[in-house]
Amino acid sequence: MKIKGKAFVLGNDIDTDQIIPAQHLVYSLENPEEKKFYGRYALSGVPDIQSGLPKGNIPFTREDAFESDFTIIIAGSNFGCGSSREHAPFALQVAGARAVVAESYARIFYRNAVDGGFVVPYETDVKLNDKISTGDELVIDRETGFLYNVTTGDEYRLRDLGDVAEIIDAGGIFEYARLKKMV
Amino acid sequence: MSKSEMTLTEKLLARAAGKESAAPGDNIWVDVDVLLTHDVCGPPAIGIFKKQFGEKAKVWDKDKLVIIPDHYIFTKDVYANRNIDILREFAKEQDLPHYYDVGTDRYKGVCHVALPEEGFTRPGEILFGTDSHTCTAGAFGQFATGIGNTDAAFIMGTGKLWVKVPETMKFIFEGEIPSYIMAKDLILQIIGDIGVDGATYRAMEFAGDGVMRMDMEGRMTLTNMVIEAGGKNGVIEPDEVTYNYVRQRTDKEFHPLFNSPDAKYHSVRVYKSQDLEPMVAKPHSPDNKATVSEVKGTKLTRAYIGSCTGGKLSDFVAAARIIDGHQVSLDTYVVPATTQIANELYTEKVNGRTLIDIFAGAGCKIGRASCAACLGGPSDTFGRLQSDEICISTTNRNFPGRMGSKAAQVYLASPYTVAASAITGVITDPRDYLPVETTV
Ligand code: SF4
Repeated sequence: MKIKGKAFVLGNDIDTDQIIPAQHLVYSLENPEEKKFYGRYALSGVPDIQSGLPKGNIPFTREDAFESDFTIIIAGSNFGCGSSREHAPFALQVAGARAVVAESYARIFYRNAVDGGFVVPYETDVKLNDKISTGDELVIDRETGFLYNVTTGDEYRLRDLGDVAEIIDAGGIFEYARLKKMV
Repeated sequence: MSKSEMTLTEKLLARAAGKESAAPGDNIWVDVDVLLTHDVCGPPAIGIFKKQFGEKAKVWDKDKLVIIPDHYIFTKDVYANRNIDILREFAKEQDLPHYYDVGTDRYKGVCHVALPEEGFTRPGEILFGTDSHTCTAGAFGQFATGIGNTDAAFIMGTGKLWVKVPETMKFIFEGEIPSYIMAKDLILQIIGDIGVDGATYRAMEFAGDGVMRMDMEGRMTLTNMVIEAGGKNGVIEPDEVTYNYVRQRTDKEFHPLFNSPDAKYHSVRVYKSQDLEPMVAKPHSPDNKATVSEVKGTKLTRAYIGSCTGGKLSDFVAAARIIDGHQVSLDTYVVPATTQIANELYTEKVNGRTLIDIFAGAGCKIGRASCAACLGGPSDTFGRLQSDEICISTTNRNFPGRMGSKAAQVYLASPYTVAASAITGVITDPRDYLPVETTV
């Protein structure tokens, strides 16, 4: 399986208030008319100059849109720190993101991304947010575990997903538990 | 791993998984003793529970589910109010005994303080909550951590959850804590030392006589903020102080656990309590540490005393000790965490005056028990930072936009430091307002 699309690049310590600011946590996560606002406000809390590196001042979702033009988020360390809100990986998914590639994650975000089946949280040994630019065309090959930057021709190895690959492949914790006949 | 090498956290998880032992890195399924949720994450968790287990499904054990609305309570925001309606409806349909409804005598306020008040934090148990500061309850010698809505829905249906056993980092404070230092200074020091991801995936344990001489509220301030260092859970070995607190609030039996004598830690850091300084976290990160002396004189526009970490009775007693006899020169917001604490403001005295007299007399604005501006919230939230305010706050997070506007700046500090700064209008060392006692 491959994940393809444009990169959106961010710095370190992107916390859940930046991913989805607290005042937007009130919309229904089911009703499609309300749910789409999570896409509109995804990453809207990131300070403007740090939004879409290296240049900055690039909104993840354009002001009049509900979905983002970007599919793969590239970030530094400790992505998703802060609150336990599952609205965070959910908002990224609603906006159209499929994967995040970061140096490291805050554990609740990581767990929520996996158990809810929202976005695939990849880790890398090297820092990629100074090597990839917002707008670069990327391809993640889940089988080989490589990230290709089509725009620059570079390629990077992603860290193995380990134990959680089974839950990601199942599509979330409920699907996993059903496969294992736990529920 | 042999049993004699297990840490408290490893033992708690092993027992809940029905195993002899558990080692860091093991993925195990544990039985849950208490599941906590609130008005922001409860409704989506309920939605997932119904979708996965059916419209008519019943929760696994209604005595183990605690629902405490606290985040967006006193607001006209229709969506926020709808969330409370969803909780109320669910509590009725499931006949839940532990629902604390808004607008009734049962309404409590901030869940992490209400939970211990109501006797739900018992040594030896496993608590999950749909809020990252669920780690607060580790102060009672239990395993407590925050989870998302999907995991909460899974627990509602099954009573179980998978956990990866964390390594434990131990933080020891040797010797008596100086009189001008509060638990908040200790944890800001630690977070500043190890960074906002310094404990990611790990347990943080607090020990040493400096910690064990603290009351439960001080201990809760430490464990509350482990998440600000990325920690999975915070924990303190239970002792008589713990048992007394818990026994006064519940008849339920509990079975405490302790570190093994040869417990293996990821790391051990020792602090000399005497060397501690009043600390702040500068904007915009809890690990952006400075001593108060380094930043004193920094101009402020607002002070805020509240939240699960800085809105407990002892926090207000501390602030009142400083403020008594003075006027505040900043807009100063006082928000009790729970309704019980709100009532105690009228009965608890410092220098012969009630806390409410001291705060109101000094010109503070007093809010109603809830999370209020700790996380910004809807635009009509009490104390919310609406523009480029510079606020000093007893809360736990100062990420951009956390208390409202992205243009605001937030300094985190102890109730002593916040109170002293509220008087002068600039960051102020609490020692200027407290008699310096020499300690041994
Ligand atoms: S007081 Fe603040 S940190 Fe505590 S639960 Fe409420 S919003 Fe979260």
